[in-house]
Amino acid sequence: MSDKTVVEIKGVSKSFNDQDVLKCIDLTIKHGEFLTLLGPSGCGKTTLLRMISGFEEPTNGDIYIDGKNAKGLPPHERHVHTVFQSYALFPHMTVSDNVAFGLRCNGIPENEVKPRVEEALRMVKLENFGNRKPAQLSGGQQQRVAIARAVVNRPLVLLLDEPLSSLDYRLRKTMQMELRQLQRKLGITFIFVTHDQEEALSMSDRVVVMSEGVITQIGTPRQVYEEPACLSVAKFIGEVNIFETNVSSITDGKITVNIEGMPHTYPNKHNFSVGDKALVLVRPEDVRVYDSNEVTDTSNMYRGIVEDFTYKGTTVDLMVRLDSGKVLATTEFFDEDDDSLVYTLGEKVWLHWVNGWEVILPHEG
Amino acid sequence: MKGDNNFRNFSVAIISTWLGIFALFAFLLVLFASFMQPDSNKIFNFHFTLSNYTTLFSSLYVIVFFKSFYIAGACTLFCILLGYPFAYILARKTSRWKDLLLLLLIIPFWTSSLIRSYAMVAILKTKGVLNNFLIHLGIIHHPLQLLFTNTAVMIGLVYNLLPFMILPLYANLEKFDNRLIEAARDLGAGKVRTFTKVILPLSLPGILAGSILVFLPAMTLFYIPDLLGGAKALLLGNLIENQFLLTHNWPLGSAISVTLTAVMGIMLVAHWLSSKNRSGEDFL
Repeated sequence: MSDKTVVEIKGVSKSFNDQDVLKCIDLTIKHGEFLTLLGPSGCGKTTLLRMISGFEEPTNGDIYIDGKNAKGLPPHERHVHTVFQSYALFPHMTVSDNVAFGLRCNGIPENEVKPRVEEALRMVKLENFGNRKPAQLSGGQQQRVAIARAVVNRPLVLLLDEPLSSLDYRLRKTMQMELRQLQRKLGITFIFVTHDQEEALSMSDRVVVMSEGVITQIGTPRQVYEEPACLSVAKFIGEVNIFETNVSSITDGKITVNIEGMPHTYPNKHNFSVGDKALVLVRPEDVRVYDSNEVTDTSNMYRGIVEDFTYKGTTVDLMVRLDSGKVLATTEFFDEDDDSLVYTLGEKVWLHWVNGWEVILPHEG
Repeated sequence: MKGDNNFRNFSVAIISTWLGIFALFAFLLVLFASFMQPDSNKIFNFHFTLSNYTTLFSSLYVIVFFKSFYIAGACTLFCILLGYPFAYILARKTSRWKDLLLLLLIIPFWTSSLIRSYAMVAILKTKGVLNNFLIHLGIIHHPLQLLFTNTAVMIGLVYNLLPFMILPLYANLEKFDNRLIEAARDLGAGKVRTFTKVILPLSLPGILAGSILVFLPAMTLFYIPDLLGGAKALLLGNLIENQFLLTHNWPLGSAISVTLTAVMGIMLVAHWLSSKNRSGEDFL
């Protein structure tokens, strides 16, 4: 990745039939980075992608590709290629002809087409499949053909529109890794659209979280997970326990809030005043759960009752009802030697979380 | 479940009986008659002969055969040229006009095609609607001789058969994956290349299905040459009609019918084999 900007989106908005799909989007994409547009369906991420690819024009604002304003440029003049959600391979052509299509459209001489097609197929490990038709390939193989068909044209940017969504879970995991490796090898900028937060976190250099036509946060996977900028990001990426509370006092730049009957003190990062509403977010895996005979000092712990218990192989997920009535989700990583991870419904437990691992946000609305 | 089965068997039995009597039995009769000696006093003589078929190889009949093929082929070509853009626009449209246009396409079927052919006579005749209109516009000064020409026959055939080309094409193009067009555009294909390399090859099955539906009837719609072509235009259908109704040579008429059926059968089998090959290739 370099600091060179490859795509710049300036104040772009888009409306269809007077409905705003995207509102004033600003985004700078660096050369060689793996950027993910993440959000629920209908958040505008695919529309943004289609505007970069040239299938849609922004209602307002400009998109610069490689420093050039792309306004009015047709898709193939943008040095940007798209891998479509359903791959959109030409069913009547062989794999080789599919991959060669773009080269032939651009008038590359036939003696150059063949080695480039072979190289692209070798890259996606399909060198022996050139003579097959797309229907004779598995979903994962079709996916790779679609990628080869796009990268063979040596685009500046590769746009991927939920390319893994129709694959089964295991294949998806494999393809995620392969895509990541391919991207590193090629050094091409990838703009990847997905609604799968796990996919976004595991693949991207940066994640752009979108919601209802606006960007809610841009950051590394770690930033968006550990320091969500707002409640919608926190809720969309991963599970989260939310406590609504008030700032009861402020001393030495630290706020004190009351969470389910217990005071907690945190740094005042959001300029709270006394009486302001605040949200305290705690990830389930940050909550520690103890049997009643495991702990002696329970002064800083919450007491609760196990309401639900889910064994997930690597983790054990609990739903714990606190004395206050609040239900908390917790996740503990499984350790076969640890009997204490065996719970029964209705069992009394103690829990707490490490001070400083929670996220504090101002109350919205 | 048993009731369902009974109902199904009953339906299948009725359809089979119907087809058996009115299609298979009738065809067997024709096949039988085609091997009998003609007799001017009765339907035929009970004497086996191949002479009806050998007669067909005389130049007169061969010429009619080829002329029918030529006219049917030209008619199919015109239907493709006219029907493809129509079906394409219809299939690409998403507005409410689509339903209306489809309805307009189907409405003529509510009237017998014979009656519609009489209407064509009223339009095409010397003092007919079309000539009056063209004179009124000042494009021509003297009425054109349209009726009783090959042009009139072609207009009549294309008019009658065009929907049979449009509907299968529409069905094919309507389920066409738009993303393939976007993918082609994305890879740098212009409109022409997208059409010739992607859209056209993928709509070939629709064109073939439509061509079969147009080509085969085009050879046999005898009343269209009768009404619009006068005595000049002779299709295979007219030849058969004449053998049965004018010269009362039923065995020869039967032999022509059987030959025509065989030709159609061969074409259908060829189409079936080619489509089977294509799909077989896809799933190897």
